[in-house]
Amino acid sequence: MAEQQNPDKKSYWLDKEKNVKKIIWALCIACGLSVIADLFYHKHTHYAAEDWIPGMYGWYGFIGCVFLVLSAKLLRKILMRKEDYYEEAKDD
Amino acid sequence: MIDLPPGLLLIIGGVIVPLIPRVLRNAYMLALPIIGFWGLLIIPEGVHFSFDIFGYTLSPVRVDSLSLLFGYIFHIAAAISIIFAFHIKDAVQQTAGLIYAGAAIGGAFAGDLITLFVYWEGTALASVFLIWSSRTEAAYRTGMRYLIIQVGSGVLLLAGAIIHFKEAGSLDFTKMGLTGLGPALIFIAFGIKAAFPLLHNWLQDAYPQATVTGTVFLSAFTTKLAIYALARGFPGTEMLIWIGATMTAFPIFYAVIENDLRRVLAYSLNNQLGFMVVGIGIGTELALNGTAAHAFSHILYKALLFMSMGAVLYRTGTINGSELGGLYKSMPYTAGFCIIGAASISAFPLFSGFISKSLIIAAAAEEGHWIVWLVLLFASAGVFHHSGIKIPYFAFFQHDSGMRPKEAPKNMLIAMGIAAFLCIAVGVYPAPLYAILPFQTNFVPYTTTHVVTQLQLLLFSALAFTYLMKTGLYPPELKSTNLDFDWTYRRMLPRLFKGLARTLVPADRKVRAIFIDRIDKFIAGIFRHHGPEGLLARTWPTGSTVLWVAVLLAIYMVVYFI
Repeated sequence: MAEQQNPDKKSYWLDKEKNVKKIIWALCIACGLSVIADLFYHKHTHYAAEDWIPGMYGWYGFIGCVFLVLSAKLLRKILMRKEDYYEEAKDD
Repeated sequence: MIDLPPGLLLIIGGVIVPLIPRVLRNAYMLALPIIGFWGLLIIPEGVHFSFDIFGYTLSPVRVDSLSLLFGYIFHIAAAISIIFAFHIKDAVQQTAGLIYAGAAIGGAFAGDLITLFVYWEGTALASVFLIWSSRTEAAYRTGMRYLIIQVGSGVLLLAGAIIHFKEAGSLDFTKMGLTGLGPALIFIAFGIKAAFPLLHNWLQDAYPQATVTGTVFLSAFTTKLAIYALARGFPGTEMLIWIGATMTAFPIFYAVIENDLRRVLAYSLNNQLGFMVVGIGIGTELALNGTAAHAFSHILYKALLFMSMGAVLYRTGTINGSELGGLYKSMPYTAGFCIIGAASISAFPLFSGFISKSLIIAAAAEEGHWIVWLVLLFASAGVFHHSGIKIPYFAFFQHDSGMRPKEAPKNMLIAMGIAAFLCIAVGVYPAPLYAILPFQTNFVPYTTTHVVTQLQLLLFSALAFTYLMKTGLYPPELKSTNLDFDWTYRRMLPRLFKGLARTLVPADRKVRAIFIDRIDKFIAGIFRHHGPEGLLARTWPTGSTVLWVAVLLAIYMVVYFI
């Protein structure tokens, strides 16, 4: 196994900050396009809310994920214990 | 090939694995699921091998479209798992893996509840060795907990089957619904293996403790056999819609804060089972097709994800998100396969999850379950978040951990390659999968609406991840244990018992001491009168005295040991 090796000196495309920025920009543009696309086709929907807002699924996904992560972060306050929590429970 | 019930070939083949010479063993093991699969292609539909025993009619093999679909995918999963484990020399794991896969296949074809019970327990007993084979203290204890819960599920199934036989007069394993005590017990038995909320912790406990290759086997069979059994016995049971919706939503919160990446996958497995359970609960043809299709694609991408994380664990010795990062530099193929698995579980268009999960979500919308529909959409965004992004990101990207492990062994790459190929093939060309679903379908997954809305959901979820990362709001990976429902039986109940014991033991000792003291005095008294010096000894034969002393001694001992 080679995990103790020193990191190679090779430089990778993703190591450069400006390339990461490019990816983020690409993502933003893709998000924008997906919302704009909503204006150009007839939507087959089950619920009225799907038609009201262009990009309804996008907003729902964004808000859902932020809610998910932030509430999980709060849950940590209640649920998080040391890594060996159950092992030490065994000894007492 | 119909001379042998499906699954039995792998079980018998597994038993004799240790006798096969090492050089031939890999080819031999791989041949078993391939021959078994071929057997499924030529077996006619209907009931086979029926026989009567003690007045019961048992039908060990029932072949129809639902059992065949699970039979196919179980064979494929077995073959992939075997290739992934080619480098293993441990006959215990090889035997256990084959018997486990065979038992799951057998269970999917069981036509009666007793046969199902036998295979049900077979999966439990065989699979625990895949956990114990890690040969650590923690794996041993986890295995014991796993075994107790799994065997307990089987006992409930047997009890339910017997009561159901009394109530309904039949052992046939068909649709029963929640119609009495018997079916209710069977429902709970299935629920344990399907990891219903509060019955789920064995899964997150056991899968991360199994061996690198064992987890790949585990991810495919136990829970999907339970999904099959629920779809067979309880389609259209409304309670399942709510149980399933809960399953899709609550494990993802844990997945976000969990550090062990194989445990993250176990939580997301739980979430994916939720989609299938919702489909069973809705119970329409579209929904049941969705459950079957989703089980099929799920087994492939879940195995792929567990394989990629297994390869990371195998090469680096750790699977904690807090210690990994930057591995794409030296394990590019593994990283690529992991991303394909991640895209599939997230249901990106052109990947397998997209063409299977959408049947279930469409069914929920069509039947007017709008709350459930919203929960499923939220869970879909969430699964992309923790499985689709978190898994590859923390293992292969994020900051550079400095680790430069070798690329995964060739056999692992081949196994991952096959799974990845199938994930894409099913996603791009779903027609063959749709053709083997339980009901005829003309569902079209690739409509403009569906593709655009799904892309919106996923792209904006990725945007949310980026936003949270850039602003530092995203919770860091931390070495920790997060309390889940298993806290009740791993901490609370043992403490409660210890507490009880602490107060009861002294009291118990006192009572015994009093009793023993009484008996001592009693014997001493008897000895005074009946002993060699005693008054009564003159008239009693010595033999009877010895006898009585022996009797009293026996009582003394019994009281002492109780």
